[in-house]
Amino acid sequence: MSENPMRDAIQSAIDENPVLLFMKGTPEQPACGFSARTVAVLQSLGQPFAAVDVLPDPRIRQELSELSQWPTIPQLFVEGELVGGCDIVMEMYQSGELQKTLGVESPQGEEQAPAEPEVAQREAPPLSIENKL
Amino acid sequence: MEVNPEELKERIENGIPGSSAEVTGDGHHFNAVVSARAFNGLSRIAQHRLVYDVFGSELGERIHALSIKTRTADE
Repeated sequence: MSENPMRDAIQSAIDENPVLLFMKGTPEQPACGFSARTVAVLQSLGQPFAAVDVLPDPRIRQELSELSQWPTIPQLFVEGELVGGCDIVMEMYQSGELQKTLGVESPQGEEQAPAEPEVAQREAPPLSIENKL
Repeated sequence: MEVNPEELKERIENGIPGSSAEVTGDGHHFNAVVSARAFNGLSRIAQHRLVYDVFGSELGERIHALSIKTRTADE
């Protein structure tokens, strides 16, 4: 354990959630267009994901960016790896790479209702970065 | 103070040797399309990091939002 509970909590969230989105706001109420677009892509694929709102505490974003070496929000992690922000997620969605990364089928042509995002509710880490879905 | 897209273009091109950039924006939100030989063989994440690194802590502050598309020089 490091002496940085926030960093530990973020790392645990990344390790424990196969698909995790750090975003501004919540999937129901995104607080930023980039976060909203990223959520929409995941939902259109019917991909369950956990989400962490970075807005309640500025330290979340600060520690996340130091950990991931990525300066902007949103940030999508799949199986513990940073996939990218909104631009990369959109580009990968359009090319079909995102669907491969997530192991889902592209919904086009198939009857597929957008699934409700599954909420992975974790016990509250030290600084309450649990999502508020 | 508003940021001029031309300034971002010049800084990207100076910061990433051999790159060429097209930047549009309204003074706060910007779109950058960057081609560079330095991107060859790098993941998208690594390519975007090179561009972000040019601006460091200005991102989210002086430069409110920067959308990036990267291309290797061969594309």
